[in-house]
Order: sequence, then structure tokens, then C-alpha cells
Amino acid sequence: MTALPREILICTIAGLLHDVRHVAVGASSPMPAAGAMLRRALDEDRRKVRLSILGSVEHNFFTNGSTELFDSAGQGRLDAFFLGGGQIDGMANVNLVGVGTYPQMSVRWPGSFGSAYLYFTVPRVILFREEHSPRVLVEKVDFISAPGISAPDTYRPGGPVALLTSKALFSFDSQRPGFRLESVHPGHSLPEIIEATGFTFDHDDTPPLTPEPDAATLSMLRGRVLDELSETYPAFAAQWRRDLAETIPHGASA
Amino acid sequence: MAEHLRALASLVRPGMSLALPVDYAGVSMAMTRPLIRHGAGDLHLVCVPTGGLQVDQLIGAGLVRSVETSAVSLGEAGGAPRFNDAVKKGGIRVMDATCPAIHAGLMAAQKGVPFMPMRGLIGSDILAQRADWQVIDNPLETGDSIAIIPAIHPDIAIFHVPMADRDGNVWIGRRRELAAMAYAATQTLVTVERIVDRSLLADETTAAGTLPALYVDAVAEAPRGAWPYGLWGEYATDTDEMVRYATAARTPEGFADYMAQEVCA
Repeated sequence: MTALPREILICTIAGLLHDVRHVAVGASSPMPAAGAMLRRALDEDRRKVRLSILGSVEHNFFTNGSTELFDSAGQGRLDAFFLGGGQIDGMANVNLVGVGTYPQMSVRWPGSFGSAYLYFTVPRVILFREEHSPRVLVEKVDFISAPGISAPDTYRPGGPVALLTSKALFSFDSQRPGFRLESVHPGHSLPEIIEATGFTFDHDDTPPLTPEPDAATLSMLRGRVLDELSETYPAFAAQWRRDLAETIPHGASA
Repeated sequence: MAEHLRALASLVRPGMSLALPVDYAGVSMAMTRPLIRHGAGDLHLVCVPTGGLQVDQLIGAGLVRSVETSAVSLGEAGGAPRFNDAVKKGGIRVMDATCPAIHAGLMAAQKGVPFMPMRGLIGSDILAQRADWQVIDNPLETGDSIAIIPAIHPDIAIFHVPMADRDGNVWIGRRRELAAMAYAATQTLVTVERIVDRSLLADETTAAGTLPALYVDAVAEAPRGAWPYGLWGEYATDTDEMVRYATAARTPEGFADYMAQEVCA
């Protein structure tokens, strides 16, 4: 079985979520949700992985209103969270506000949501943005919704650990500070990634390839996880099934 | 029904601050057109903690001076067109926040204290842009800086829930941010799907999720009053209508045409 690019991303996310007890994903984040659902399925016999999907009624066990997620993070009960970003820079600063000079920006995005708090309080924040281009991965963000690093005297149990795009996986070192290219997804190359990245990063001369999932993981993903996902993200799941239907018959008949 | 909604809207006066809930908590969309027809402008909106369709429409109608919010968007239907346009043109002042900071400000008001400390924020441009937010040294521990958020005291909170009883108690279920809004606001106006004859406080099951009438100034019946948003436990969001609005409101003219239609659920 050959994995689709999005399946490799989802399995990479599940890998980044090893050992989590409680992970939260944003309202319109089907791939992080799929990665978390896969983690939950893989760990089923060993631990209970709790998944909170913001704004979802089914995948939301909170009873104290929208403040409870943040309170639980402040208490150290939220292990992992995903953050996107209109712009992300080499210091892992995230911009969710807009392009240009604040406040009258030429492009205005919705706003910072909970980033300026969760980026500090959640130990494992995974930056996830499919678009890997110089307009997203910039040298310096136009507005810091949430800073990637903090001065030593700032209370900060949390922060970024990784950046995952459609082309590559990076780790983030808050001490150096900066990103390091961990692996290149199949079909992409180091020169292409350097070209598409607006900031400099550490890398091996020949970076490893992002691993593809094994057959057991892939069948769990296409079975149980895809079924679970379709309850919350029906459009995304349906498109995934269509793409599988297009690619699988050829492989199966070969 | 329309008469009652008009009566509620008439309590809003120019220059007031309004607290409005996040799209999934119970937005009183039924109040949006009555507020626009009433026409009290120069409003300051507090989004708890983010805004959407209602905020975009009040901005599009020219009633808004400023918005304190962690985000404004139409969710799956995309960006909020009238909000984005007003920001670009400098037509409104945005006080950019982060979700727990808005909760902290309301919590301070709920407790009757001047501010609430909160973690995070330090080093962000959100904090740098907010002259009203401060960073202090933790007085209990040296070498620990912490941000403080002043109490937020909205003049009026407006939201929509499934039911109220004859005594004016309203059932908010687990949407506790609606209670936080009501505690902090001077007045609270609630629209409901239905008014029930039994007391919500008489049964422990409903009493736990009930906001007592002490905090509620007016209630009006408005079936499907959150539409096109959904209401928890009642009905789902009408995504097609959200998209129809998002498309229409890309221009001021399209927005005006949309708002002129007598839409109903």
C-alpha cells in the first residue's frame, strides 16, 4: 500500500503526539484531529488519550464554558495543541492577525484566538501549516500573536516543539534558538525546501525522508480513524475516500 | 414576538458596550436586525471571546466604534467581510486580545476586583498594543512577571438559549461563559427558543445549568433565534446560509441587499 501525502502527514502528527494524555485541536483542523484520533487508536490498550475539538459538541467533555480549555492548560492538564499561522518565522513567532503595519493592515486575518496563552502553557505545541512558501514561512512576522521564545524570567512551561508542512518536518530548539529540518516528505527535496522557506534553518547535508506508515497503521487509519473523522469533518473525510478510490484500484489490480 | 425584540433593542443607547458570545455558545441573531433598525450606534463590542456573523453585521450597518476580540471570522464560511473591510479602511478600532484574557477581564468584573492576573502574553504584540493591560511583578514571588487584565464591565450582554421560565430564570446548560457575561454586565437581555411553565430552579437537573433571574433583565421568545448559527442541543448551523452571507457581504452593496431581505429560518 502506498500512503497518500495527507496520510503521511497524519501519521507524522500521530508520531509527534507520543505519550500525550490530552490533546486539543482547533475547530477547522481535520488533519491534526485525524492524527490525534490515530494516536488514540494506537495507544488504546496502554492509556486513555483524551481529544478536545474546540467548538465541537461531541468531542468536548468540558462543562465550564469556553474558559475551561484555557484553565485546564493553566493547570498543566493539556499536553499538546496545534497552532497554524498566517505567518511563522524562524524564531517560531506566530502571526494570526494580518499582513502589513498594525493596526490598519493590508490583509486582516481573524485574530490571535487563544495562541498568546496556549503557546506559553501547553508543553508540546505543534505548528501545522500545509502551505510551505516564503509568504507563510517568513524571516520575521509582521505581528507577533504569540512569541516562539521568551526571556528566562518569563513563566513558560510550554512552547513550540515542531513545525509540520506539506513538504517537511522541522524540530524547534528554544535554546539555540531555531528550526532544524528533521525529514523531507516523499516527493520533495532539500533545495526545494530551502527555496520555499523564508528563514534559515539547520539541516543535514542529506536529510532523511519522512517515513511512510506501515501497513497495519495505514489500515487502522483508513478504517477506524477515517470513520471517526467523518462524524466531525464529513467533507474532508469524503474527499479522502474519493482520493483513495481513485488510487487504490490500480494498486490492488497490479 | 417582533414587538418584544424591538423592546429589548430599545434598551441599547448610543455609545454603550455590548458583550456578545462566541458563535457556538448561543448568539442572539434574532436581535441583530432589531438592533440595526433601532439604530443606536457608536457601540463598543466585547466578543466573548471571539465574534462572527452578528459582529460583522453590526459593523456593516455602521453601528460600531470599536471591538475587543480574540478573533472575528465566519468559521468555515471564511473571513468576516465587513469586519475585514472596516479594519483595512480604519473604520473601526480593534482591541486585539487572546481568548483567556477576555475571560479574565469578565472574571475580574464577576469578582468585583479591578483586575485579574494571567499567564502568557509577555513578548506578544497583542500585549504591546494594549495600553490598558499591564505587566507587574508577582508580589508573592520575586523574579516573576505577570500580565494583568482590567475588569471588563459591559453595559449590556445579549445572548440566546433554549429556555426561560416564567420567573425570568434562563437555562444556559454548560455554556458558562454566558453566565460570566451576565455577571459582568450591567444589564442582560436574553432571547429563548421557548418559555416553560415549570420553574427551572425546582428541579436540580435544570437548576445546575440555570442563570438565575437576578442577573437577567429581559427575556423574549424567538424560535430559531440563533439562526443561521446553530444552538446547542437544538439545531445545527445552517452552513449554506453562512456561505450565502459571506459571498453577498464582500461588497457594501451586497451587504445592504442581504440585510434588506426579510430572511427567516
